[in-house]
Amino acid sequence: MSAEAHLHHEAHAGHHDSHDEHHHEESFVSKYIFSMDHKVISRQFLITAVIMATLAMMMSLLFRLQLAWPGEHFAIINFLLGDKWGKDGVLDPGMYMALVTIHGTIMVFMVLTGGLSGTFSNLLIPYQVGARDMASGFMNMLSYWFFFLSSIFMLAGFFSETGPASGGWTVYPPLSALPQAMDGSKMGMTLWLISMSLFIVSSLLGGLNYIVTVLNLRTKGMSMTRMPLTIWAFLVTAILGVLSFPVLFSAALLLISDRSLGTSFYLSDIYIGGQALEQTGGSPILYEHLFWFLGHPEVYIILLPALGLTSEIISVNARKPIFGYRAMIGSIMAIGFLSFIVWGHHMFLTGMNPFLGSVFVFTTLLIAIPSAVKAFNYITTLWKGNIRYTPAMLFAIGLVSTFISGGLTGIILADSALDINVHDNYFVVAHFHIVMGVSAILGMLAGVYHWFPKLFLRHMNKKLGYIHFWGTFISAYGVFFPMHFLGLAGVPRRYYSNTAFPMFDNLVDINVFITCFAILAGLVQIIFLFNFFYSMFRGEKSEQNPWGANTLEWTTPMKHTHGNWPGALPVVHRWPYDYSKPGKEHDFVPQTVPLEEGEIDGGGH
Amino acid sequence: MIKILIYVAVVLAVFAIGYLVRVYELSSALKGKKDHEVTDSDNRLMSRIMLTFLFVFFAFVIYNLENYGPRTLPESASEHGVALDWLFNFNMAILFFVFTLTHIFLFYFAFKYYGRTGNKATYIAHNNKLEMIWTVIPAVVLAIIIIFGLKNWNKITAPASKDAIVIQLYAKQFDWTARYAGKDNELGESNYKLITGENPLGMDTTDVKGSDDIIVRNEFHIPLGKEVEFKMNSRDVIHSAYMPHFRAQMNCVPGMTTMMHFTPIITTAQMREKLNNPKFDYILLCNKICGVSHYNMQMTIVVDTEADYQNWLKSKSTFKKKAAAPEAKAVAAK
Repeated sequence: MSAEAHLHHEAHAGHHDSHDEHHHEESFVSKYIFSMDHKVISRQFLITAVIMATLAMMMSLLFRLQLAWPGEHFAIINFLLGDKWGKDGVLDPGMYMALVTIHGTIMVFMVLTGGLSGTFSNLLIPYQVGARDMASGFMNMLSYWFFFLSSIFMLAGFFSETGPASGGWTVYPPLSALPQAMDGSKMGMTLWLISMSLFIVSSLLGGLNYIVTVLNLRTKGMSMTRMPLTIWAFLVTAILGVLSFPVLFSAALLLISDRSLGTSFYLSDIYIGGQALEQTGGSPILYEHLFWFLGHPEVYIILLPALGLTSEIISVNARKPIFGYRAMIGSIMAIGFLSFIVWGHHMFLTGMNPFLGSVFVFTTLLIAIPSAVKAFNYITTLWKGNIRYTPAMLFAIGLVSTFISGGLTGIILADSALDINVHDNYFVVAHFHIVMGVSAILGMLAGVYHWFPKLFLRHMNKKLGYIHFWGTFISAYGVFFPMHFLGLAGVPRRYYSNTAFPMFDNLVDINVFITCFAILAGLVQIIFLFNFFYSMFRGEKSEQNPWGANTLEWTTPMKHTHGNWPGALPVVHRWPYDYSKPGKEHDFVPQTVPLEEGEIDGGGH
Repeated sequence: MIKILIYVAVVLAVFAIGYLVRVYELSSALKGKKDHEVTDSDNRLMSRIMLTFLFVFFAFVIYNLENYGPRTLPESASEHGVALDWLFNFNMAILFFVFTLTHIFLFYFAFKYYGRTGNKATYIAHNNKLEMIWTVIPAVVLAIIIIFGLKNWNKITAPASKDAIVIQLYAKQFDWTARYAGKDNELGESNYKLITGENPLGMDTTDVKGSDDIIVRNEFHIPLGKEVEFKMNSRDVIHSAYMPHFRAQMNCVPGMTTMMHFTPIITTAQMREKLNNPKFDYILLCNKICGVSHYNMQMTIVVDTEADYQNWLKSKSTFKKKAAAPEAKAVAAK
């Protein structure tokens, strides 16, 4: 397949080299809707993700209102959810579960997997490796449209009579398998499974494309060790996705079969709704194994692209080479490999053999080593730099902070003995929101600000970007830092309210505090949305290489043309991190500049 | 009326923002400056905010520790929990040290090395010695964390002693039932196909081991200083038996039996005194999403002295006795 793609590419490229001047006008539909151009697809992913993220954030605000002021009447809840789910402005408990579930699913899959990889792998892989486009433009187009359909199905649950899926984003059976168990396991769950199946198809089509493009379509001179860390991160991410998403697909298929065909893969010995079910011999633990075999790599599918973007942005704006380029590549690969053998740490309390638990403790804590190396390397890159504070740089530094503070609490959770007391309570919620939610969002936003000139040929407003960063960063810690203490007080997650427990009565003000910051975080995003859509059309026009960066995307002209480079493909002569190299005229040396005589590539001098 | 006013206000606000934007656009066009270019004063300002953030952040962390720290769970009421709390604090001390150190470096560098026109960054691509140091040190620290952690884990998950009191915790949407193994300390057989209104646990009435079993709801008692072994079952979906005061948790999975055990070391009465809260109770709650009333699935746990425990147990009738009494049937059916 890869050879074929390569041939196709050659033909494609040849076509562009010779007839670049007079390419035929394209219709609106083929140019902007069913486009096969990586730049358009990237923008499609981004805009869809921004819309989905906005919706998911609104959902979180609705349930945060309930958590801070349980039973209080809010006109907005009635306005948005109607009398059925928000009677008198009080959130319905079933709807609360649904909001929690759909918020999680959208954020994890639609925004931080599809949105993040879809936007930046698509935009940057062909640009930064020096390719005309993705290996298969058609598959790439399909990848977006499956993603789009999947997003629609995910939201469709809100329009079904029994509401969306509401078993938590992990949708463990039997809860999700039995329509008798809750309303959310009826139509909503079917829609969730359809959505997820479509999403997996999208992710695989995208992932295969990313891998093939990186491996086969690198331009002359772009050896693997001259690739920017963004590309390394996208490559490993795509490999993780291709290896793990099929497993989720099988989990989903078996669940569909249990729900619709009366099989018992996950069901056994169940009495529900006044009836003993026929199914025996299955185990819900099987689902957990299959789910987390994807679920844990998924965490890194989310994080690695964000870290890749950060590596690039920190280096460009510190005007320094990324510290320890090869160690960074090694860390990415180590994290990628280890992420496949740690899934059991989500299951310490399922009754698994304690010895098996010990093995997962060991492998999980091993991941802390490459993660620590990455964090230290980021910090050292700042050391003795000449830091230019673009909004993107602020977000990148923010990511380093949240990556550290969220990662550290992971060491508690990975320790099976300590996990006993904090498993599934707010300590976990705080941990994964900081380390993967906030970090990845900060990384994604950093990418949006930094590559906006490549996406839309314009700049986002800098001052609004500054306000957006500080507002987001401060409120993110305001929301998630105090949450650790709720966990240490024993508050379980996914509780509609804590009022049934006198022992949680003295925690009310913490929840109010958290919700206030969550609302602030929401308001700050309005500034971003304005800046984003406004700048798309009216932002300041960008010059070709506004950040003085070395990578190939900045050698393309400031217009969107098929084939990216009007003439021949650029030839690469050096690694991408020659910033502030002694003896050079400028503080950056693009990858296309040949090495001088006696000059050492790759950081030596 | 109010609605109309709100709509009008929104429309006006949109117009106002539109005009503001227009004014901003025109004024920046007049000045001819490039907004996106980061100036030295931008850099200086941001670097100072970075440093300020470092201090504010740590003030906030300390505020959290002082105000929210005391509201976390009281001292552990189980034997293994005391060791776990120590381990937690030990790990946290290490993590907090790393957290502080890395954040100081991160934000201090962000402050110190802000960009100035004419300055040039130092070209440092890597340093093998440094990288070796920060690979090896975390590895050693993690090894210590793993060793301490697994030592505790092995102790906690080792099989319970033979004379531990056996109690079944039976979960269903949305309540808990506890079944004591009785004098023979063996639970009678049960089967989900035997479940009826009168026999909610599906007990096998032909099994003699079950005749001395004692079934209780709403509240269960355990004696001070004796090991208790819980055998967990669920009849419908996955639940999780979480007893935060005892640092104990285990999932209840339909189709299989899971187990955990601990030894309580503080009675309810003692804990009430310690916390100066006469209404305090230990609690068992569900900690795995299990349906719409997940947030209210609880059972009170009472830790008694041995004598009180025996008295309480005597006051409860066995499964056999209950099955024989017709009025009890009516109660159970309810």
